[in-house]
Amino acid sequence: MPILEVENLSVTFRQYASGLKERNIRAISNLSVTLEQGEVLAVVGASGSGKSLLAHAILGILPANAETAGSIKYCGETLTAKRTQSLRGREIALVPQSVGYLDPLMRVGNQVRTAVRNGKPAEEQRKVFKRYKLKSVVEKLFPFELSGGMARRVLLSTAMVSGAKVIIADEPTPGLDPEALNEALLNLRELGDQGCAVMLITHDIDSALRIADKIAVFYAGTTVEIAPAKDFTGDGEHLRHPYSKALWGALPQNGFTPIPGSQPHSAALPPGCLFASRCEKATKECHQAQPDLRELRNGKVRCIHAT
Amino acid sequence: MQLDAKNIGFRYGKSPWLFKGINFSMQPGEVVGLKGPSGTGKTTLCRILAGYEKPLEGKVTLGGKALPEIGYHPVQMVFQHPEKAVNPRWKMGKTLKEGGRPDDDLLARLGIQQEWLERLPNELSGGELQRFCVARALGPGTRFLIADEMTTMLDAITQAQIWHAVLHLAEKRKMGILVVSHDAKLMNRLCDRVIEL
Repeated sequence: MPILEVENLSVTFRQYASGLKERNIRAISNLSVTLEQGEVLAVVGASGSGKSLLAHAILGILPANAETAGSIKYCGETLTAKRTQSLRGREIALVPQSVGYLDPLMRVGNQVRTAVRNGKPAEEQRKVFKRYKLKSVVEKLFPFELSGGMARRVLLSTAMVSGAKVIIADEPTPGLDPEALNEALLNLRELGDQGCAVMLITHDIDSALRIADKIAVFYAGTTVEIAPAKDFTGDGEHLRHPYSKALWGALPQNGFTPIPGSQPHSAALPPGCLFASRCEKATKECHQAQPDLRELRNGKVRCIHAT
Repeated sequence: MQLDAKNIGFRYGKSPWLFKGINFSMQPGEVVGLKGPSGTGKTTLCRILAGYEKPLEGKVTLGGKALPEIGYHPVQMVFQHPEKAVNPRWKMGKTLKEGGRPDDDLLARLGIQQEWLERLPNELSGGELQRFCVARALGPGTRFLIADEMTTMLDAITQAQIWHAVLHLAEKRKMGILVVSHDAKLMNRLCDRVIEL
């Protein structure tokens, strides 16, 4: 049984457009993804594709003007607002994306200690700082005194000491130098091997591939493909969705080839396939209705032309 | 015109020297990478080159002359987080004009759509915003561009789109680029040489 199961999740924001006129923005639509114990799932996609919102929806920390539909299950049971509140920080931990999530008025060592569930807080905090090569003076610093990479490591430390079973790491790697990056990735993989379930949200496919078992590719708020990590190889011939192929081909070590256009805005989503306007294979049918996510070659794809 | 940094030293307040005795120079049209572990002062060095900070020791010169204190700064910097580099209450069209009248060909190459000019920053994604920041920094007076983790937060397709546009312009105008990144593969793809801080 999957430890975390997201089914047909939609997240809509109600916004004021001008004056008292309201509009709805559909940031996530029909998103489905599952997370198994002992597994590292990487979620990749452009910014604005709903990656962080998914994390926030799972943890129940979406802003008040958000409405969700669909279901999120933890260990087979639907997550209600109350249940989420009792689980987060204990069973489900978040490594937040922005350094702004640290308390600006609290020394970072103390912040990490408040997250410790097993063992002596000070000891656990020093152990994890040592592992991330944060010098002992760092525990006495305030967030504004940290460099970007140091703050990132403090955020990771907080989740590492929590003893949670599900770790959701939201872009934990930007700004880390290769050594710190390596340590962070190893640590996430270890957690997976110890039986935790790890969701690594990132746009860095290269890092994701080093530790992930499965990769979920997001585009404009939905899952376009879920593939075993080993399919990301060569010219991307094993990938299923045209967007995944384009993403793979745009990496600096591959073709560095851009495709034109940009992701549709969540206030103006097309009725059909969300990628159709940029897709070479698009036909009339693609513009009519959003394709369903279907099984294909040991993975899933949301494209009628994929083979 | 060559960009030179001679014996640059900097520290914040009374904290230990972040760096001292930094020397390097860049030729027009050259793409140079800058790498180093986090916290070694890469961003600070960029800020000094682009005139946001004054070095405590040494000097930065362009074609042998000190950088101008007023008027258009010939060394322009693009930051890692575009959402922090634009006025949240201005429509994007106004933000774009901060750097002078934008070049239509560049806007097209960067994939900036006309209707985005009427939007506020919170109605655009990070990738879309960064295109504006790049366009704003590439006024006709820019001789050197400092790209401090310019595409780190972006997906691979957007990263490739932006770099293709920037490299095309750099070649046309013989503009130099300093690329700060932790991504060795990106550096390999872009840079003529890489220096370490």
